[in-house]
Amino acid sequence: MTVPVIDVRDLKTHLVTRWGTIKAVDGVSFSVSEGETLGLVGESGSGKSMTCLSILRLAPRPAARILGGEVRLDGDDLLKKSEREMQRIRGKRVAMILQDPMSSLNPVFSIGMQVREPLSSYHGLSGKALASRAVQLLASVGISSPAARLRAFPHQLSGGMRQRVVGAMAISAPPRLLIADEPTTSLDLTIQAQYLRLLKDLQERHRLAMIFVTHNLGIVAKMCDRVAVMYAGRIVEAGSVETIFGAPRHPYTRALLDSVPRLGVQTEWLTAIEGQPPDLAALPRGCAFSPRCAHAMERCRAEEPPEFALGAGHTSRCWLEAPA
Amino acid sequence: MSAALLEAEALTKHFPVRRGILGRSAGLVRAVDSVSFTIESGQTLGLVGESGCGKTTTSRMILNVEPPTSGAIRFDGAPLSALDRGGLSRYRRAVQAVFQDPYASLDPRMRVGSIVGEPLVINERPTGPALRKRVLELLDLVGLPERAAELFPHEFSGGQRQRIAIARALALSPRLVVLDEPVSALDVSIRAQILNLLRDLQRRLGVAYLFIAHDLAAVAHMSHTIAVMYLGKIVELGAAAEVALSPKHPYTQALFSAALPLDPGARGEEIILSGEIPSPLDPPPGCRFHTRCPHVMERCRRDEPPLAPESGRLVACHLYPG
Repeated sequence: MTVPVIDVRDLKTHLVTRWGTIKAVDGVSFSVSEGETLGLVGESGSGKSMTCLSILRLAPRPAARILGGEVRLDGDDLLKKSEREMQRIRGKRVAMILQDPMSSLNPVFSIGMQVREPLSSYHGLSGKALASRAVQLLASVGISSPAARLRAFPHQLSGGMRQRVVGAMAISAPPRLLIADEPTTSLDLTIQAQYLRLLKDLQERHRLAMIFVTHNLGIVAKMCDRVAVMYAGRIVEAGSVETIFGAPRHPYTRALLDSVPRLGVQTEWLTAIEGQPPDLAALPRGCAFSPRCAHAMERCRAEEPPEFALGAGHTSRCWLEAPA
Repeated sequence: MSAALLEAEALTKHFPVRRGILGRSAGLVRAVDSVSFTIESGQTLGLVGESGCGKTTTSRMILNVEPPTSGAIRFDGAPLSALDRGGLSRYRRAVQAVFQDPYASLDPRMRVGSIVGEPLVINERPTGPALRKRVLELLDLVGLPERAAELFPHEFSGGQRQRIAIARALALSPRLVVLDEPVSALDVSIRAQILNLLRDLQRRLGVAYLFIAHDLAAVAHMSHTIAVMYLGKIVELGAAAEVALSPKHPYTQALFSAALPLDPGARGEEIILSGEIPSPLDPPPGCRFHTRCPHVMERCRRDEPPLAPESGRLVACHLYPG
């Protein structure tokens, strides 16, 4: 049994707002081992990004409060760390790539200054060693003429190139855990294909544990070993990528997979999921998906389903799995 | 039998780039370069390609908000350039649009009833009761309840807002609707609802669509014909199923192989292009795709391939000498 790099247990992050308390992350548990990729799938508001921000203790304050749970990185509970200790963990042991590279890069500093910063502060590099390591890093993410690019400013690079720079900075430590939050959503398709290949290479080279947040099911199928499907702040189904795509059990997972048009499958009508995404400030009683679920029973509207184990790391939060 | 509703012939748009305070010309961006296609009555043309390929400029020329540099658009056989004021105003009524972001395209201070009724008020000046009746019909058509008319856009979710935008686009009974990324801003679970609605409306109203999207599976699902653009040129044009399932142009092949299937077993047969999309300010000579093409030949660097018939469609590539 491998020891997981990151082990999240019963994480609860709630947002306290004028309109009441929103349970953005409500009892989420998962773990990721070395060299493994977990796909975190869900719609906007399902809690996937808030889960990642909570791991880094960057959930927006004062609204967000982490009310409970554990986030163990190589055994250390990050929720018990001081802010000063967290600053030494972010970027060094846990790195994150965001959707928009311009939100990670400072427009007024050259690429070189930004790439060198973590190298000098974390690794104490300076002078020639620092300069050559920066060039080497850019080259490792497939940027051509890296020495020239180091003198460029972010606006002078294309979107795909900027995201590569962010990738280079993320692996500079290299970290134990890489969180990629929709890293290719702003990229064109052919550039996305290049970037996904790059992430896979970097992961294999450094044995990174990776959490890949996306709503694109095709990317999950390609990139991930295991999948956790989130709905309204909870993981409703989790399992290996083969299980989730081949034999999904939760009605939400099944409906989601059915609703996506597929190349080569000619259908008159898509199987749409009725209703609207849940309003987190006014969740229904019982199962949050029950108002949209084709299989909803009396019990679903009254009681929240617990997590049922279906074997081989496959779990589903659904009353359909309750032993009769 | 369907008939050509809109024909674009050698449609071209060049934007001059000006530098300095004197506005000296510093070159041309060839955003759209001699593009020809037909949209049939009641059918959907899907337009795909990456950023900068000219899809949006093409749609803006069709919406008559951007005059073409050269080339012609014919609607019902009549060239737009020959239309008088009345003719143009009829054209604008017949061609409507739905945009990507339903948060940006609806006025937050107008009630939904006024938003949907505004095109009617401006163009047809109906009486109060007639207007109200038509607005409620339109809301019903897109699956919204009557009371929606009294509410404001912020009271609706993204999918419902897109329904409002569709109702507004249909208010003047258009014959062509330009759908520019109509579902990309919506949640995955809502997209199928809107795609089904659009298809249902096409059946019932016989409206034609120009469907622009980067989700290739959605385009293949919605379209009768697909045109693939690269750097201002159409590189492949044909029946949707054929272009999507057996693409001929190397760019189309790479594009569709980058559209990832929902199957973890299908890993590893993809074509990954090297390099980035060149700037349309200085497109490569010869075939514009030759800098990234895995099958590039000497000839591709020199001669631009014409869009010519190949396996029941049009392809612009020297691999198929015809």
